[in-house]
Amino acid sequence: MPKPFTPKVVTANALREGDVIYQSTTGWTRDLAQAEVLTDPAHADLREIEAAAQTSHVVGVYLADVALEGTTPVPVHFREAFRAKGPSNYAHGKQEQF
Amino acid sequence: MYHYTDFDAAFLKERNAQFRAQVERRIDGSLTEDEFKPLRLMNGLYLQLHAYMLRVAIPYGTLNSRQMDQLAMIADKYDKGYGHFTTRQNIQYNWPELRDVPDMLDALAEVNMHAIQTSGNTIRNVTADHFAGAAADEVADPRPVAELIRQWSTDHPEFQFLPRKFKVAVTGSAADRAVIKAHDIGLRIVKQGDEIGYEVIIGGGLGRTPMIGKVLYDFVPQADLLPTLEAIVSVYNLLGRRDNKYKARIKITVHENGIQDIRARVEDRLKLIRPQFGGIDQQMLARIEADFAAPTFLKGYLEPYHNAYAQDPVFRSWADTNLSAHRNPDYAIVSISLKAHGKTPGDATSRQMRLMAALAKRYGHDELRISHEQNVILPHVHKGDVPSVYYALKAEGLGTANIGLISDIIACPGMDYCALATARSIPIAQEIATRFEALKLEHDIGPLKIKISGCINACGHHHVGHIGILGLDRAGVENYQITLGGDGTEDAQIGERAGPGFSADQIVPAIERIVAAYLALRTDPSETFLTAYRRLGLAPFKAALYPEAQANAA
Repeated sequence: MPKPFTPKVVTANALREGDVIYQSTTGWTRDLAQAEVLTDPAHADLREIEAAAQTSHVVGVYLADVALEGTTPVPVHFREAFRAKGPSNYAHGKQEQF
Repeated sequence: MYHYTDFDAAFLKERNAQFRAQVERRIDGSLTEDEFKPLRLMNGLYLQLHAYMLRVAIPYGTLNSRQMDQLAMIADKYDKGYGHFTTRQNIQYNWPELRDVPDMLDALAEVNMHAIQTSGNTIRNVTADHFAGAAADEVADPRPVAELIRQWSTDHPEFQFLPRKFKVAVTGSAADRAVIKAHDIGLRIVKQGDEIGYEVIIGGGLGRTPMIGKVLYDFVPQADLLPTLEAIVSVYNLLGRRDNKYKARIKITVHENGIQDIRARVEDRLKLIRPQFGGIDQQMLARIEADFAAPTFLKGYLEPYHNAYAQDPVFRSWADTNLSAHRNPDYAIVSISLKAHGKTPGDATSRQMRLMAALAKRYGHDELRISHEQNVILPHVHKGDVPSVYYALKAEGLGTANIGLISDIIACPGMDYCALATARSIPIAQEIATRFEALKLEHDIGPLKIKISGCINACGHHHVGHIGILGLDRAGVENYQITLGGDGTEDAQIGERAGPGFSADQIVPAIERIVAAYLALRTDPSETFLTAYRRLGLAPFKAALYPEAQANAA
């Protein structure tokens, strides 16, 4: 039996700054909380393809698993948690931006 | 040190102009990422977890004060005010923006530096003993030949698309401080009678399949070195496996074909290419050697050193730990620890870089070295000046007395920065250092090298750590495997895996149990951890690590 589909967000790095970014319903955001949560596999694939086509703005597009706290997406894997927050040795990256 | 010729400067200028245009074409959409990626990697630019990362080569780990000052300037202007010194004698900037990178490369070129071949399947930055030119036990300074190899390998048309990356390290001493047996090619300068030559070791490497290098030749005369290297890399280029990334390094080529087969192929190739080397390389080497002439050592008063040593116990502790024997008895080699307890191993702020540059200029014949152990060295300091150097370092958080001790930990950037990592390394290093500082046991424990990698690629050299730690992702949770008894010196040894891994909050207590076992088992304080391990083997340490298993078996 295939695994049940779990919620996802489209994520990538911004071409110019390298920042971790997430696809929102209106464009790209640097804040995971603002990301568009995808719960339907076909829609998720479509959104990933649309994102990957924006080659002049984004690099390395993929779907990342998220869990929902209420309606807010939060990372499932620790790698995504670091991407969403920044490194643990300095308060650099997103933790100094949000 | 080596000064760029007009040819070098023109080459770099052209290369940087090419990359500037490539970046512009990427930003305006003319180049796709697939097209751009190999171009940026050829110039040392990675895209990591949170940002781009620029890896700048510090050839054979040697810098002057002007170069260090420029690294500080770049850290302030284009990054977040610091840089990370790596296990391959490079410096990495973790936060540059793509559009700034061409300016960073131009700034580097102003001080004869670049980021070429710090990535990709090419011959990488040639590393060397960080005590080169200063060590008391040296046959000859390895840096001239390292520079010759750098020039030969940079933009070498045959070797731009090797099966995999290729790393060369050189030492001029019998005591190996450059981990030459864990490199694709390791070279040791040796003497036969009065003749200088090279022991050539190939097929070492860490990573997924760690191997200790094998001796290809005991003695290659100086004039035959470059042709021999060219023959080796040429054989590997054709024979190395391109079908499987995990089997593509020369260590696998040597392992699968055997050293005798490789030697026969190298000799065939050498016959073919040897006539092409008409001696120009030897003229170049002679010119390079002149650039690396030893400084004019000063005669001076040693009293300030003896007075500080007698009167200040904190200075004495630092001097006992961080100074090494210089070939001139009035001089010392000063190791500056970038491992202050609780800080990130290998990181230096721009202020710290400027201070180290200023001290090198004032007291150190304008020379600095970066060690593969992620520390900075002032190779030539007159002993009379050592106290002044120490007190200045101490004021900037650079006076930690821990070289070679348990908190002098090598750690790769790990998952805090690296896109390849499977777990974090830096926080584990920080916690171990902080814990043993709190226990005040560090100096009692004595020489002990802990090395941490955040993935199987082993940038943190964990296989050759006395205690090695490898961070993995086990079902979505960070897990740390321990290896014991590794050694990166001339007696190189791959560590033995101790058993099942530990979670992030269990790894520091696990290290503490190993150290407690060692302290209980050593014959006396002069028996180091590694010596004790070699005498006792894995069993008693395993018992200390896994007390439950012992209890269950009983």
